[in-house]
Amino acid sequence: MTTPLVEMRNISISFGGIRAVDDVSVDLYPGEVVGLLGHNGAGKSTLIKVLSGAYRADQGEIRINGERVRIDNPRDARALNVETIYQTLALADNLDAASNLFLGRELTTSLGLIDEDRMEAETRKIMGRLNPNFQKFNAPVRALSGGQRQSVAIARAVYFNARILIMDEPTAALGPQETQMVSELIGELKKQGLGIFLISHDIHDVMDLCDRVSVMKNGKLVGTERVEDVTDDAILAMIILGKRPERS
Amino acid sequence: MSDLTGIDDLPKSRRSLAQTLELDTRLLGMIGAFMMLCLVFDVITDGRFLTPRNIFNLTIQTVSVAIMATGMVFIIVCRHIDLSVGALLATCSAAMAVVQTDILPNALGLGLGHPMIWIITILAGLFVGTIIGAFHGWLIGYLTIPAFIVTLGGLLVWRNVGWYLTDGQTIGPLDEIFRMFGGTNGTLGVQASWIVGAIAAGLAALAILNARRRKQAHGFAVKPVWAEAVMVLIAAGAILGFVAVLNAYEIPTRRLARMFEARGEVMPEGYTEGYGLPISVLVLIMVAVAMTVIARNTRLGRYIFATGGNPDAAELSGINTRLLTVKIFALMGALCALSAVVASARLANHGNDIGTLDELRVIAAAVIGGTALAGGVGTIYGAILGALIMQSLQSGMAMVGVDAPLQNIVVGAVLVVAVLIDIIYRRRTKDT
Repeated sequence: MTTPLVEMRNISISFGGIRAVDDVSVDLYPGEVVGLLGHNGAGKSTLIKVLSGAYRADQGEIRINGERVRIDNPRDARALNVETIYQTLALADNLDAASNLFLGRELTTSLGLIDEDRMEAETRKIMGRLNPNFQKFNAPVRALSGGQRQSVAIARAVYFNARILIMDEPTAALGPQETQMVSELIGELKKQGLGIFLISHDIHDVMDLCDRVSVMKNGKLVGTERVEDVTDDAILAMIILGKRPERS
Repeated sequence: MSDLTGIDDLPKSRRSLAQTLELDTRLLGMIGAFMMLCLVFDVITDGRFLTPRNIFNLTIQTVSVAIMATGMVFIIVCRHIDLSVGALLATCSAAMAVVQTDILPNALGLGLGHPMIWIITILAGLFVGTIIGAFHGWLIGYLTIPAFIVTLGGLLVWRNVGWYLTDGQTIGPLDEIFRMFGGTNGTLGVQASWIVGAIAAGLAALAILNARRRKQAHGFAVKPVWAEAVMVLIAAGAILGFVAVLNAYEIPTRRLARMFEARGEVMPEGYTEGYGLPISVLVLIMVAVAMTVIARNTRLGRYIFATGGNPDAAELSGINTRLLTVKIFALMGALCALSAVVASARLANHGNDIGTLDELRVIAAAVIGGTALAGGVGTIYGAILGALIMQSLQSGMAMVGVDAPLQNIVVGAVLVVAVLIDIIYRRRTKDT
């Protein structure tokens, strides 16, 4: 068996006495989509923020390509090719698409000044691939539709050669057509050998897109199952009752 | 991407002139309001408002507040506020007054009038301002005390630290070269002003052409050639027109005679000389250009605007927002020191009340200039124009003979109305 891209082992994190994540272990292989399921407050977003560098775990370890790593902040995560698309999209609404795409990693000229034109050219290139209808390159992203904003956030993650992609509720704010676009993109990225953590509470999304699902409840891992081995109802039981399906 | 730019081109026939020139309509509105204001005052004062002399005076009176207003833009864009700039100016001014009249000439034995005094003094002032600003930034960014509180405390602290440094005395006269940064005592003269104006106009044209060439190299749509030409003409015309006005203000005959006397010469009959560009205005222009470059073309500026637009997104993008806070307040401190140079040099001495209420003028200038207190939005040129509008209003009313209390009432009302108009404008254009 190949080495997993990501192994999160025995991760725990508390906020003021509340164990938001309690001794959870999940892993992710290249070319695989792993869904993280659970109610609001089950701890899935918190767990994933440990990987993206927004939070630091109290206990546990993270291995990437089998090597133990330290992720203290979002910069560390990016340096390890872990890219995150947050549910809130984390866009600066007053800036245009190119500024957002390169935020924190601006292209510069030989003088160290920001190379606005080259950034726009690169943005046009990647948007042409992801969302050919995208036209508003000079407008602040606040003027864009939900789907267009989502494609800016996705472009930001994909542009920098992510190996591990975290998507937090990527389709929550989207219409059917845009949801379709995101699904196709996930399939595409999978083929390229990326590993994707998909956080969602839409069980149908997950069953369609994922290879495996890890279900969390009250900060604890209920279990991890291969999608083809279980029914929707069994997954629902895991989410609601915290009960692992019985093996046949 | 050439097929895409074709779509951009479609509605061009219906574009207005301002859109084709890619002018900022908001800026046009401000310039329009400013011109109206000047014309009204000019009519009421029977043409005394728009004379070279008054324009010269207006310009040098605006410099100190305008320099600080450029820094305030960054602070407000980043969702902070600085109430201590006037007090910080006073502390810097006091420190520089002590350095140039006591420490350097006496303690270090350079003697009064040594040619190195001015530069050492200014460097010392910049050091003091930057350190104090950085300290404010550290309290705000790392210890997470709200900027409002830190700088409200700073307002009281630094106003009175300045007092202690000088025992409350007025210190002067300041160093002779140092005083040249004040305005009237340091101008370039007619010829040098034309040269500086010509160089500036040339650089502006070059910048416009360069931007066009870069855009073309990437295959983006560019403005029509005539539109670029109009922009070059407007820029060059504005720069040279400004220089012409300042050159037209002639040094009073008696003052000229004294200058000749000081050199041991006799002034020829009928001799006249224009003031030209004041050094303080040159300082402001350099600050404005530098701050605009920082705002638009550096990571620092980009991160300031990103943090103002969405602090969480900035943090998640790996931007160190705490250090950023230290940097912008340190920059603000350095600009306060620069303003202190101009303000004290203009008065030729350091007085205890220097910079009093400047914090309010500076914030008002930035806000009238379109900086949104909600963060993320603001321009350097807007803040400078805001400072100019405030100063014009104040000195125009003084010339007309409006009572002092009424002057302040009008200025206060204008501030509120200007922000209201801005809010309505943004709502209309959906440019929140």
